[in-house]
Amino acid sequence: MPDTFQLEIVTPEKLVVKDVAGEMQIPGKNGYLGILPGHAPLITEVAVGEISYRNNGYTHHLAVAWGFAEVLPDNVTILAETAERPEDIDVQRAEKAKERAEQLLKSGNTETDYARANSALQRAQTRLQVATEKGK
Amino acid sequence: MANVLDIRRRIRSVINTRQITKAMKMVSAAKLRRAQERALAARPYAQMLTSVLKSLVSRAEIYDPQTGEPRHPLLAQRQENNILLIVVTGDKGLAGAFNTNILKAGTRFLDSKTGKNVDIEAIGRKGRDFLRRRFPLVPKDVEQRTAEDLQHPEAAQPHERSRSRERAGAVQIVGEHVGVLSKLEFSQASDLAESVIKRYSEGEIDSVYLVHNEFKSVIAQRLVVEQILPIEQIGAAAVRQAEELSQKEREQAIKAAQSAGVGMRRTDRSVDAEAARFGSAPVDYIYEQPPSELFNALLPKYVGIQIFHALLESVAAEHAARMTAMEAATNNATDMIDSLTLAMNRVRQAKITKEIIEIVSGAAAQ
Repeated sequence: MPDTFQLEIVTPEKLVVKDVAGEMQIPGKNGYLGILPGHAPLITEVAVGEISYRNNGYTHHLAVAWGFAEVLPDNVTILAETAERPEDIDVQRAEKAKERAEQLLKSGNTETDYARANSALQRAQTRLQVATEKGK
Repeated sequence: MANVLDIRRRIRSVINTRQITKAMKMVSAAKLRRAQERALAARPYAQMLTSVLKSLVSRAEIYDPQTGEPRHPLLAQRQENNILLIVVTGDKGLAGAFNTNILKAGTRFLDSKTGKNVDIEAIGRKGRDFLRRRFPLVPKDVEQRTAEDLQHPEAAQPHERSRSRERAGAVQIVGEHVGVLSKLEFSQASDLAESVIKRYSEGEIDSVYLVHNEFKSVIAQRLVVEQILPIEQIGAAAVRQAEELSQKEREQAIKAAQSAGVGMRRTDRSVDAEAARFGSAPVDYIYEQPPSELFNALLPKYVGIQIFHALLESVAAEHAARMTAMEAATNNATDMIDSLTLAMNRVRQAKITKEIIEIVSGAAAQ
């Protein structure tokens, strides 16, 4: 059995990652999934969260927001609405977005779209989290 | 006859104009190249999404096995009374007939749907200005979004729409998006798709069409009216009206592209073929969520990517049109300089001749 698999992460704007990985974690809609080479074929929705994969002893992190993953024994492909590497994340913007979302949620305004604000908050938090993992 | 100085001044002004149009052509060519790359970069995602949806159609029994009726509302055809038309034009002019042609096609579409209510979403300043003049009655709560709002998409609350709102007329503008094309992001297209889908599923509109300039390459472009909703068939565009480039336009486009060094090849198909395998390998997948649930989550994304694609292609087409127009303008300026130079030389020669005659006849009279 091979000890690596091909990994591709694609967004509507570009191909973000095309790499080889030895193991990875995907934020599935029903919880995080750990993927090793030779995984059974699987299709899942990807929630807001952090993707990490190991390659030659080096761990890479990406922040993703909504996506879709196909896992095959030697190949993992992820379609993500956004996927950002730590160095691409605009920390200030994420912080502002977080504040705004928190305010919206706290305001108790009945017109607030809670689901929307909540997911905005989650996205911002994930981005901030991933940004701190730069270069680890 | 004009004097030499006037003509010389005129020539200088035309030379300046030519310099500007030439620079504009090169800028458009560079922008076109970038736009083409972006459109290309968006292809794998679109292809993968399409292929996984196709494979889910059979697994999730989206179509009722007995009646063949689709079970998802975005696929179901219904009586068409209220239509939404998305018109994609450019924000700027000086692009030849680019904007005019799109608006003409849009008007023709509207004519073919007389008697029905049509809502219009205008993307691009040129289209908005035209449609505003033509359909001045605008309902009060028109969603006006500027680039500023779009910088904070997370915070923007979707506008609440009251369905009982009175119509301003059979044709009305319901949304305007100006200044989004220069910094196009997927989130903008997906926000629009979300709001369109919401209106569609609430029954406010029965079908959605998109007028835009399709752009595969400089020589393969056409003006299309495409049906976005209900989705007729996944992976195939439901084109309702299409207009190819005329032979003359094509020749001009080729010339402009050659002189500006823009490639005319169609995009590489092998990328598409690889992407098309996504999610449809001949194995039994474990579905983390039931296939029908996955399908429901993916279908709106499909609408979003279709709109995104249309916008990307439209941007590329706009730059191509501007490049061609500027190439023509540069050539015209060159012709004009030539004929003006000729006229100037004639005038100068005539003046010299006249002076000689005067001297000679003056000498002869003595």
